Amino acid sequence: MAFMDIEPQEIRRRMTEDLRRALAKPMNERHWVMVLDLAKCVGCTACTTACVAENHLPPGVVYRPVIEREIGRYPNVRKTFMPRPCMQCDNPPCVKVCPAHATWKRPDGIVEIDYDKCIGCRYCINACPYSARTFDKGFYYSDGTPYIPDYEKKPAFEYGRTWPRRNRHDSPAGNARKCTFCLHRIDKGLLPACVTTCLGDATYFGDSNDPDSLVSRLIASPRVMRLKAEFGTRPSTYYLV
Amino acid sequence: MKKRLNGLAWLLASVGFVIGLYGLYQRFTLGHRMADYGSYIPWGLWVAAYIYFIGLSAGSFLLSTLVYVARIERLEKIGKLSLFTAFACLVGALISIWLDLGHEFRVYRVVLHPNFRSMMSWMGILYSSYFLIILVELWFAMRVDLIAAGRGQGASAALARVVALGSTDTSDSAVERDRRILKVLGSIGVPLAIAFHGGVGALFGVVGARTYWHSGLTPIAFLVGALASGGALLAAIVYVWGPDRDGPAFEDMMRFLGKVVLAIVLLDLLLEVSEFFVGLYSEIPDEAIPIRAVLFGSRWYVFWVVHIFFGVLVPVWLLFRNAVLRRTGEGGRAAGAVALAGFLVAVTFMAVRLNIVIPAQINPEIAGLEYAFTGPGLKYTYLPTLGEWLVTVWVSSFSVLLFLVGYKLLPIVGRDDREVA
Repeated sequence: MAFMDIEPQEIRRRMTEDLRRALAKPMNERHWVMVLDLAKCVGCTACTTACVAENHLPPGVVYRPVIEREIGRYPNVRKTFMPRPCMQCDNPPCVKVCPAHATWKRPDGIVEIDYDKCIGCRYCINACPYSARTFDKGFYYSDGTPYIPDYEKKPAFEYGRTWPRRNRHDSPAGNARKCTFCLHRIDKGLLPACVTTCLGDATYFGDSNDPDSLVSRLIASPRVMRLKAEFGTRPSTYYLV
Repeated sequence: MKKRLNGLAWLLASVGFVIGLYGLYQRFTLGHRMADYGSYIPWGLWVAAYIYFIGLSAGSFLLSTLVYVARIERLEKIGKLSLFTAFACLVGALISIWLDLGHEFRVYRVVLHPNFRSMMSWMGILYSSYFLIILVELWFAMRVDLIAAGRGQGASAALARVVALGSTDTSDSAVERDRRILKVLGSIGVPLAIAFHGGVGALFGVVGARTYWHSGLTPIAFLVGALASGGALLAAIVYVWGPDRDGPAFEDMMRFLGKVVLAIVLLDLLLEVSEFFVGLYSEIPDEAIPIRAVLFGSRWYVFWVVHIFFGVLVPVWLLFRNAVLRRTGEGGRAAGAVALAGFLVAVTFMAVRLNIVIPAQINPEIAGLEYAFTGPGLKYTYLPTLGEWLVTVWVSSFSVLLFLVGYKLLPIVGRDDREVA
């Protein structure tokens, strides 16, 4: 935190305050952003696991994989880790291509999917330059066993709605799915699951429209970069490199 | 010979239809879990089959406009046949893409709630219009024949009476009116067919995330590919099911079709070579990796053997020899050779379509993503499963059967012209 005068134990309290302040404003006056400090990510994948648990993700669906890379040349080699949530682009290619109006950008910057409208054509998956959308083919973890336990059918709460998985045809099975920045948690004043479980305090979340928020200060850093900026997607997910 | 080919088509299509039912059963019981496509390679065999059939349909339809719009006399009698071929292929294409949807029963949303910024929505609208145009055009093209056929006895006559929709006017002025209507419909059909098949190309071309598709040439390549495959298919179909099969005019028509197909196959090859050279030279991985995979990857034979050898070299040689060099009436085997060349081009074009759809998706958009998390569908390799193949076999067989049944029951080719040698 060389460029920030904030104690590590203060970070989460500060982000929660930022969150509450943002929630007090009308939706179109806030813009949610996530900042990932790659220098602090240790590649523990706690965020990936927390996300799977929080959103009840079935096999084959992942919102926040952590990509490992080796950089340098032997013997000067090190590993870097890059979590990849949905970028929540300001100019999302996935929204443009959807033939059924099943996905759109909310005023607060989150790209939303209505699973009841999605026809499962997977055009958005192909159009996303970040591979951030995955196809839910309707698997259960207990496939191949004689019994599907009830916890596999428990509802997910994405986009503030309840999506039970009673059978394999129920949406979101058959749909494209992606990270929602844990909207259902944010609405309740809670930070996204990946943020709260990040061991190294590498994941930040907040309102970039609020000049006093922690994320506003972070994205003003010269270390900041956005993935594939050349695509003109203007992601709301920033990386500190 | 032609009778035998007709019988063979019935046999293969019937067998394919029955075997393919198992794939359909799997698709409806296991859903998409039976397929090998997933999250990183979201489009597979069924999308390739869809653009393959839609290309055949568009190509065949565009050739029909040579009859009804350009009034090319030597093709006069195959107008209805090419329209009906376009119809059968369109049905195959639509079923193929319908089965590919995650929620197939929501397909109505594409038409009822279209997003006009999405090429796929435009496809929904354009296909509906095209479907309608083909049906109306077919009806007007067959109207007089239907009235004539309806005068007889039996099931075929009864069907003709139903399809004729109560129309009875066979006067010269009515026939002239039909011709005018067909010309107008065909004229609307030309830009429509160009729009929807160029549109399918654009559907891929606009995807900036996939550099291999992202080219202004893609819609054009789709159109030329449609003309090549659809025209070639028609050449093969006309040989077996066309009118006047043994007259000198027939040989003349086949040679004309052969020359058209030859020119378009070569033009298509030119576009392909251009795409590949430009893509390889700059060595930008997003584009060069898919091209290398097509040319030298583990499934190189799809390109070199199926497409280049059986889909270009052999047909071009056959067509050049029989449609261009041979003089009329010499030996009398030119028609068969042209038909064989057409059949080869039409069938092997599936390789081109597969090589458009799959390779674009094999390159991870973010390096290392393939190792980040595991699960079904989170991989960058794709090989259609047996179930996927069976579904495609069923769809193809269904289209062929639709064609054969329609041919048998409807006056697509006049009775007098049908005599089989």
